[in-house]
Amino acid sequence: MRSFLTACLATLLCLPAAAMAADKPLTQEDAAWLDRVTFGVDSATVATYRDLGRRRFLQAQLHPHSDGLPQPIAAQIASFDVMKTPTDTLLAQIRDQYRDIKDMPDGDAKQEARKALQKQGNQYAQQAQAAELLRAVYDENQLREQMVWFWLNHFSVFQNKARVRWLVASYAQDTIRPHALGKFRDLVLATLKSPAMLEYLDNAQNARDKVNENYARELMELHTLGVNSGYTQGDVQNLARILTGVGVNFDGQPRKLRPEMRAYYVQEGVFEFNPNRHDFSDKVLLGKPIKGGGFDEVEKAVDLIVSQPACATFISTKLAKYFVSDTPPPSLITAMAKTFRRTDGDIAEVMDTMLTSKEFTASLGKHYKDPTQFLVSTMRLAYDGKPVENPRPLVNWINQLGQAPFGRITPDGWPTADSEWSSSGQVAKRFEIARAIGSGANHLFDLDEAGTRSVGGFPQLTTPTYYAAIEPSLGPKTRNALSQATSQQEWNTFLLSSPEFNYR
Amino acid sequence: MDRRQFLLALAATVPALTLGGKVFAAPANSPRFLLVFLRGGYDANNLLVPYASDFYYESRPTIALAKPTPGDPKSVRALDANWGLTPAVAQSMGPLWDKKQLAFIPFAGTDDLSRSHFETQDNIESGEAGDARSYASGFMGRLSGVLRGVPPIAFTDALPLSFRGTGDVPNISLKGGGKAVFDDRQSKILASMYEGTPLQAAATDGLQLRQQVAQDLQTEMVAASRGAVNARGFAQQGQRMATLMKDRFRLGFVDVGGWDTHVNQGGADGQLANNLDNLSQGLAAFANGLGDAEWNNTVVVVVSEFGRTFRENGNKGTDHGHGTTYWVLGGKVNGGRVLGSQVAVNAANLLQNRDYPVLNNYRDVLGGLMKRMYGLSDGDMGTVFPGAKPRDLQLV
Repeated sequence: MRSFLTACLATLLCLPAAAMAADKPLTQEDAAWLDRVTFGVDSATVATYRDLGRRRFLQAQLHPHSDGLPQPIAAQIASFDVMKTPTDTLLAQIRDQYRDIKDMPDGDAKQEARKALQKQGNQYAQQAQAAELLRAVYDENQLREQMVWFWLNHFSVFQNKARVRWLVASYAQDTIRPHALGKFRDLVLATLKSPAMLEYLDNAQNARDKVNENYARELMELHTLGVNSGYTQGDVQNLARILTGVGVNFDGQPRKLRPEMRAYYVQEGVFEFNPNRHDFSDKVLLGKPIKGGGFDEVEKAVDLIVSQPACATFISTKLAKYFVSDTPPPSLITAMAKTFRRTDGDIAEVMDTMLTSKEFTASLGKHYKDPTQFLVSTMRLAYDGKPVENPRPLVNWINQLGQAPFGRITPDGWPTADSEWSSSGQVAKRFEIARAIGSGANHLFDLDEAGTRSVGGFPQLTTPTYYAAIEPSLGPKTRNALSQATSQQEWNTFLLSSPEFNYR
Repeated sequence: MDRRQFLLALAATVPALTLGGKVFAAPANSPRFLLVFLRGGYDANNLLVPYASDFYYESRPTIALAKPTPGDPKSVRALDANWGLTPAVAQSMGPLWDKKQLAFIPFAGTDDLSRSHFETQDNIESGEAGDARSYASGFMGRLSGVLRGVPPIAFTDALPLSFRGTGDVPNISLKGGGKAVFDDRQSKILASMYEGTPLQAAATDGLQLRQQVAQDLQTEMVAASRGAVNARGFAQQGQRMATLMKDRFRLGFVDVGGWDTHVNQGGADGQLANNLDNLSQGLAAFANGLGDAEWNNTVVVVVSEFGRTFRENGNKGTDHGHGTTYWVLGGKVNGGRVLGSQVAVNAANLLQNRDYPVLNNYRDVLGGLMKRMYGLSDGDMGTVFPGAKPRDLQLV
């Protein structure tokens, strides 16, 4: 124990005197603010914040101009099979494999082929999960990455349903990320046209005379208006009819259309609007007539839905619950909803209203981190930008903590209230993950599949960032616990498990 | 071995848990209650099949289950003149029905008509009356609060709303396995950081329970290697729940997902049948794991947020409906009956020309059952299900 304390002291003394002066602690409010606007502090973020100041830092985060990934991580993600293959090609391959399997005679070989295809799909989904976690840890556009997480959760899809596992990587990268800080309407339409969503909520099956109302219901209840906001069972059924024909074309074959239908056909990649499957009759939605007329109806319906005051309030409330508190002040919701309506649902503007409010500042340090926030902030503090060689432990941990991306079976997404993640079982699990990371007993730095060559070790958490942004917030009980650590690994485990580190 | 010796032997082998300062070892005679929540709104019409109804066969051209037919393993098993049981659960649940330890309550559910999974689940778990729901607590939590010596546990990743609100309820998911990670010294230090915080009990309980379950799983693995049944999925969980509820816990909650079958739900085979098979195997494993004596002191109720549309949709599936069917199982259950208020299954009796009406409100039915099981006073009843009118269906 004494030798450990000496080692700590040595770490401190080894810091150059000039750096010490420049790295005097942030104010507790600055540290807490940074911890909320990002997934958690690392030294690069602290340096940028010192450089730009709060206002300019925020503007840069709200309006990122490019990818903020360090080159090794960008290269790692680009090397994933699922990223190397364009979605159309990918689906064509799967379609062919499905067909080949169908044509095989029943027996072991057919079973094996089917299993192999599912296995490939699962690998692709795991790569998509890894890509999301790597971006959350390493992308310097931290606010956008939090928004991507938020919207992936808001427009949640479940990877283990049907072909969704092959589609989630593109869903995150092509559907959600480009619109994460853009207009809400564009985001809704992007998800509406995404094969992942259409497959997950069964709208790919929704056709005239074969109406499936699953997606229509969740589009209003979960994505835009909220339950009990005034729409009726009849609205659900009418929206389902409006959405007939909105689906996917996995065949790659052009549809046979009568001449009068051709003008109505829409295709963008795998997405298609097939007029043969559409109910062209006139409908009424939320009290407004929607004249029968192809995909036009869908755009009109989305415009009508997102312009409802209920939508502005619903989305603002959900954002505030994630970023501010389980019970956000009504004054804040009102201000955010007002911005939402004034700007036609400009997400960056709504975020600006929220993040610069006094209610936001007052809430700092009081929100219990959810598993993703815990895991990502732990990685950011522990490894401080050092690229991992193997992201698989990240995927395993987030699965064990119960909040895997694309892992929520129901379309409501993971809950965000503190109480949902602080039960006894979850708190204990979190301590165990803290140990896996803090002790270095993991495979993050394995250089080969077998794990025989590894450049890993346990992380050194007593960095200048720690002294600037974390140490000042520690209370006496945590300091006392840290003083009982018998090794750096144990000290790390205790720090990452501490209440101060687990609230933000 | 007489009872006293048995209890002493038990005390020697099974240390009581002291979670959050409370001793978690139940008095041997308090009744056990396990609530199983099927999330996603299961299609009760293909579990408890109204085979005498022509309307059933008209409404489900591709997914209906065949009328009872001797020699046809895919036909339903007749329970009485109107109702039949899907073959998917016949093997695991048939013996319980024969022993009159299993009852079904069709037309059951809530007054919530939103047909939203999430709202309806929350409303059921809250257990409060229609217009006064707060979601600050759940009925299992409040039940736990009015009972003494009935330690609660949730077999879930997160603490369900059902168990919120009254004191600390430990939770643990039994899906995985594994060894305990921390020794006693580390556990104490970790817990010490949370002293005086709202998470104090969670930190202490979680560490202790994980140690305990890790030990149980070691025992289970040894037992399994001696040729115990190789269960999978929920069946394995059923066995593990029995291990924990046998000696330590008396009030349990578990949920099972995957019931939202809008597309290709199947009939005698397929996704719904697979789910029901897995579920019923878990329930049977739970009963077996407790052993006859303890099963006699146990009631299991299976609920879901709602049923589904009576007619199949265009994709050989079903959409969100209203009334559903509850299961009640246990050694002393007055089973072998289909219970509660009922109406003929035909088009005229559907709610909104769509689904089963709710004639047996879950608050009244569960309230009546709990009142009988635990001898609750009217005051306690009002705490657990405020404003409900407990209905005694003489389930136990």
